[in-house]
Amino acid sequence: MSSIITIDKLCLWYGSQQALKNVSIDIPDKSITALIGPSGCGKSTFLKTLNRMNDLIPGIRITGSVKYGETDIFNFATDVSELRRQIGMVFQKPNPFPMSIYDNVAYGPRTHGVKGKAKLDDIVERSLRDAAIWDEVKDRLKKNALSLSGGQQQRLCIARALAVEPAVLLMDEPTSALDPISTSKIEELALQLKDKYTIIIVTHNMQQAVRISDNTAFFLLGELVEYGATEKLFSQPVDKRTEDYITGRFG
Amino acid sequence: MLNGKLSRKRRGYIGLMRALMYAFAALTCALVLFLIAYVLVKGVPNISWELLSTSPSYLTERIGILPDILNTVYIVIATLLIVLPLGVGAAIYLTEYAKNKRVVAVIEYAAETLSGIPSIIYGLVGMLFFCQFLGMQTSLLAGALTLVIMNLPTIMRTTQESLKTVPQSYREGAFGLGAGKWRVIRTVVLPGCVDGIITGCILSVGRILGESAALLFTAGFAHALNGIFEGLTSAGATLTVALYVYAKEQGEFGAAFAIAAILMGLTLVINLAAALTQRYFRRKKAL
Amino acid sequence: MRSRFDEQLALLNKELIEMGALCEEVIALSSKALTAADKELAKKVAPLDAEIDQKERNIESMCLKLLLQQQPVASDLRQISAALKMITDMERIGDQAEDIAEIVCFLDGRSAENDDLMREMARTTIQMVTESVDAFVKHDIMLAEKVIADDDTVDAFFDQVKTKLIKKIGKEPSDGEYALDLLMIAKYFERIGDHAVNIAEWVIFSVTGVHKEE
Repeated sequence: MSSIITIDKLCLWYGSQQALKNVSIDIPDKSITALIGPSGCGKSTFLKTLNRMNDLIPGIRITGSVKYGETDIFNFATDVSELRRQIGMVFQKPNPFPMSIYDNVAYGPRTHGVKGKAKLDDIVERSLRDAAIWDEVKDRLKKNALSLSGGQQQRLCIARALAVEPAVLLMDEPTSALDPISTSKIEELALQLKDKYTIIIVTHNMQQAVRISDNTAFFLLGELVEYGATEKLFSQPVDKRTEDYITGRFG
Repeated sequence: MLNGKLSRKRRGYIGLMRALMYAFAALTCALVLFLIAYVLVKGVPNISWELLSTSPSYLTERIGILPDILNTVYIVIATLLIVLPLGVGAAIYLTEYAKNKRVVAVIEYAAETLSGIPSIIYGLVGMLFFCQFLGMQTSLLAGALTLVIMNLPTIMRTTQESLKTVPQSYREGAFGLGAGKWRVIRTVVLPGCVDGIITGCILSVGRILGESAALLFTAGFAHALNGIFEGLTSAGATLTVALYVYAKEQGEFGAAFAIAAILMGLTLVINLAAALTQRYFRRKKAL
Repeated sequence: MRSRFDEQLALLNKELIEMGALCEEVIALSSKALTAADKELAKKVAPLDAEIDQKERNIESMCLKLLLQQQPVASDLRQISAALKMITDMERIGDQAEDIAEIVCFLDGRSAENDDLMREMARTTIQMVTESVDAFVKHDIMLAEKVIADDDTVDAFFDQVKTKLIKKIGKEPSDGEYALDLLMIAKYFERIGDHAVNIAEWVIFSVTGVHKEE
């Protein structure tokens, strides 16, 4: 399996505090990669670097390279808007816009220049189907998105991200704010999506990582401690720190 | 063991305090009611269709406040047209774009201070700067510009408050989809702020209607009946200024109280409009 | 962290060691009953086997509960799943020892004629069981490998016993039943050896994560 994102010696500082230390990792295409680790280990920071969402935070310094395909994403010539179209993001707390369901999903395509009602209708339907929520909302596309339940809102956010046809989907603890049933719906969804998309998911829930991911990366204090096939990492971890973390012997 | 009863002295004290508070509240209400009643009683009998629809005529010794009404309208329109883009734009800059926290703090402090300066000083400065230095002479436009400076802090503050209530997660979501900064502001942030901006507008209109001292120096007291463009470039009295002139300089207390009654009515209407608008938007947001 | 889990794992360990000790005891008893042709000794085996069966049920339910409650991963998971498999083999060892004791009762006082060979086989088998339990207690892979290697010795002994007994049946056809009883006892010892090997293989799995498939 080829790598779609290659990270080499990535370091990141928030002011004087170093949050990522020399992280190097190759993310394989069309698979699910899980990022695990205790709170504050840098996994969310790492995720947000991949689509340059960290640009929004002042005072950040980055060294090292992140290559998406052949392109260095920190190059001045890189169009950030296009980068974020191809590398989409789903956040921890569902954040649909205070607009109709239709407008939420159509927001991305409209941003990138898609006009014409027929075309947008198509995209909205396709995205909502891909996110396994079409049947639940097809009769109320004009209703405000905030009227949906938490789990539905999160699937709507996934549909919104899928609407621009990304290649990679970044998910930052997407189910931590949801009930068990919504959580398993979204896990099922991720497993279906990995045929078409590369998914990188940050999760606190190790059982979730074991259930759905192909590869797992364990972060600790800003370092990438271990990275490998999920089954192997969880049954025979190489590094003792990994073993201690996954067996719950330290927080 | 807990003794459930208070001592007589304590009960007396509590009772006295409560009575005192009631008295103060009653006094406040009474003052307001007295004021409203006095003005209405003295003013309403003087309001007639003739008063409202004609301009003053020395020949027939008739008093008409139509030009004053029109001047007020022109000044409100002119002020709003200028202060809204300036105030909203400044607020957007401060909340969304400015990175240096100290600069933002300085600008906000300056705006706060501006709103506290006595309005007659604005009048003086406006007269010297707009009327004499920029050569606008005594005109409604000079008055409008002076009012712009006075109302800028209000618009800025209400817009900023509104912008701050928009959750950061909306912006993140929009950025994550590849939208640029201005698009994010235009499509996700501003729509949520419209209610705050409108409220700020209404409050400003209230302030403009009530302003007299600043306009005295800058807009003058003419009673000519003009169209909007001519009106803006010439001197004119607004309702408040007219009130002053009729009361102090012409001794026409009847007309003065009539204007006072009208102004009071307008104030009540404005306040009601502001409250209703807020309630409407709050209900809309709760959906 | 997870001190309750650690306590439960320690308890599991303790139960497994006790079950291992019972296995050692039960075959030593059977083997002694055989060589001394002691029926009374043989009768003591059945209740021990019942204890072993009970232990198997206890440890099995303990393991299932741990799997449910604690969702173990990595070494914890290996330890618990190895335990689940080992108790099966240990329980079979107990059954085999009981079968041997049963036959001793039928032998009715005749001590084993192929004394040396049977005694050697019994001794090696007992040693294999002891060492496999030891290997588990000490997480000793080397010892486990030794147990696996020793199985060849036991198999060789069994072939030798078989050959001798065939000759004996040829010479004294009327004593066939006795010869067959001895053959069955030898077979049981050989099976016990196989079970000890299984235990050793699971010990290696719990430490390294690799389970040898023959």
